[in-house]
Amino acid sequence: MAAADAPITPEGQAAAHAARQAKLRKRSSGRLMIFGFLSPSLAILLFMVAYPVFSLVYYSFFNFSALRQATMKPVGLKNYTFLLSDPELWERFVFTGKFVFICVTLQMLIGIFVGYQLQKNFRGRDVIFTILMMPMMLSPVVVGFLWRYMLNSEWGIVNFLLSSVGLPKVDWLGQTNAALWAAAAADTWMWAPFIALLATAAFRGIPETIYEAAEVDGASPAYRFFRITLPMSAPVLFIALILRLIDSFKQYDLFVALTGGGPGSSTETVSYAVAKTAFSYFYTGEASALAVILLLIITGLSLILVRHLTKMSEKY
Amino acid sequence: MAEISLKNLTIEFGAFKAVDDVSLTVKDGEFVVYLGPSGCGKTTTLRCIAGLVPATSGDVLFDGVRVNELSASERNIAMVFQFVSLYPHLSIKENIVFPLKARGVAKAEIARKLDWVTDVFKLGDELARYPSALPPGARQKVALARAVIRDPAVLLLDEPLSAIDEQFREEMRWELGHLQRQLGVTTIYVTHDQREAMSLADRIVLMNDSRIVQVSVPDRMFFDPVNVFAGQFIGSPSMNLIDLEPVAGGLRLGSSDVTLTAERDRLPQWALSARRPLKLGVRPINVHLTDDPAAGVVLPVDDVFSVGRERFFSFRIGDTIHQGVDKRSSRNGSEGRIHFEPEGLLFFDAATGRRVGAEDAA
Repeated sequence: MAAADAPITPEGQAAAHAARQAKLRKRSSGRLMIFGFLSPSLAILLFMVAYPVFSLVYYSFFNFSALRQATMKPVGLKNYTFLLSDPELWERFVFTGKFVFICVTLQMLIGIFVGYQLQKNFRGRDVIFTILMMPMMLSPVVVGFLWRYMLNSEWGIVNFLLSSVGLPKVDWLGQTNAALWAAAAADTWMWAPFIALLATAAFRGIPETIYEAAEVDGASPAYRFFRITLPMSAPVLFIALILRLIDSFKQYDLFVALTGGGPGSSTETVSYAVAKTAFSYFYTGEASALAVILLLIITGLSLILVRHLTKMSEKY
Repeated sequence: MAEISLKNLTIEFGAFKAVDDVSLTVKDGEFVVYLGPSGCGKTTTLRCIAGLVPATSGDVLFDGVRVNELSASERNIAMVFQFVSLYPHLSIKENIVFPLKARGVAKAEIARKLDWVTDVFKLGDELARYPSALPPGARQKVALARAVIRDPAVLLLDEPLSAIDEQFREEMRWELGHLQRQLGVTTIYVTHDQREAMSLADRIVLMNDSRIVQVSVPDRMFFDPVNVFAGQFIGSPSMNLIDLEPVAGGLRLGSSDVTLTAERDRLPQWALSARRPLKLGVRPINVHLTDDPAAGVVLPVDDVFSVGRERFFSFRIGDTIHQGVDKRSSRNGSEGRIHFEPEGLLFFDAATGRRVGAEDAA
């Protein structure tokens, strides 16, 4: 302000200029400080994410095995064309798709139902919340083994219960379809509570007066649920859906422990195939190409969903 | 449209009695305003009529039929809430037709009603927008449109204008009154704003401490309060309340040495001979400064201040400050000759606060 009030003389202009310069210096030093504070985490991110992704893409254009360091033959897109024309890989994709569809659907339905019950205040609600958190805290490998024991065809508790009510025993992990459902059940057991917790939080965020208005407007409980509760918590449920889609698409460790990919290789997911190609067969170049394909699919999926979410939140 | 009756309605929340033995009949097509301070039970009464709060005892009747057990959605009521309760994820159009859709009304009928209500509220340009894009006043208008679109038995309004800007509130108030007369729908309106009550109501129900204090038309509410609370709650600035002490030939004002006399100040005879101690209630509009040495009493006068055309002054009796309306522009020194209009003098029982008249003074 002082600079603006100064008379328009050479000295006055010089003073104004100096003030402006000082302001600029101050601002740029502030920017420097921001970068200073950000640099450690930026460095870690570059090292941990950017570098591996770039080398992944790089390796995918080579005929290369991590076992035999010597020769790295550039092959262009050959890894990709080979993979995409491999019928076995398409089977992996179909299986992964089935698994994702079944377990995400189950998780969303059960999660929303349980979450709706949990939104009311009642005694013991906190205890139930704690119990619900527990499956999430376990490692998928542990969950896999846990379910493998429960589903064992000879002495597992599931078949024991089935036979105790006179039903025939099922070879859960020895048949492709049964194993698919078993894996979906294990994943749902682990993650439906997560959806339930998010759903409860979303449901409880809807103001009471909205429900009162709807009741006064003559809406039945079902109408209120489908026209008020669900749409108003859609943004949160949508995020939960995205997270579960991405995560179950990448599912690997659960299958290692639960089915070992079997019977045969019929319960191998795409991630499973990546790991097997890279660390059993050591076709590093091919595995990299497959990983890149997986990355592109998941990125594409996320982009579509995130765009949809942004549109949804712009509306209100 | 319907006649709404409350019979000995009591509503308790645990040990707290929110509404205590309230009885009232709202006639078909009548506009009744529940008025009272915060926490007096007026909103709870309204919510009970709506079916959102259960009655602890007593009955709610719609056209003589008991509806206590019916849920809000079964009562065919419409309600506008204090804080805007539009559905944020639905467009204005979807908000307005929500009650019809929820009841499964036919599409053609919905379209016809929507046209009508859009026309009445001039909402044509807003239909495709979302609630968050509208200012609070316009949102409340939409809430009102949503309320009247389906011919409710009764329209319940819970302080609908209190969250709206002052300027727009005035406008909405007139529109609301006009609309209610046009539709002829039975309306129960809750507010703590006496101006809203006085300008809108066919009858005002004044509540305090969970009970009904007085039920009357706005004019009588102002000129004929039943007790000190009613007198002081209605009217702004508030009614002056002055202790009276009987002395020879008149009534002395509070702790001053000034006495109102029967001849000069035209006090009613019964008030001079009343057995119970009395208090005098007199509204500022009935208290003036005067030059006539034969009229009024001399009291210390403090400030004179103007609000537009009105000029208020304050005067003291003992340590208590009271207000009057000064029609003149000046005063002399720190004292003024003050005239109490005899027709504006109200007498209250000092112990109970009840209004006392000639018939029950003796």
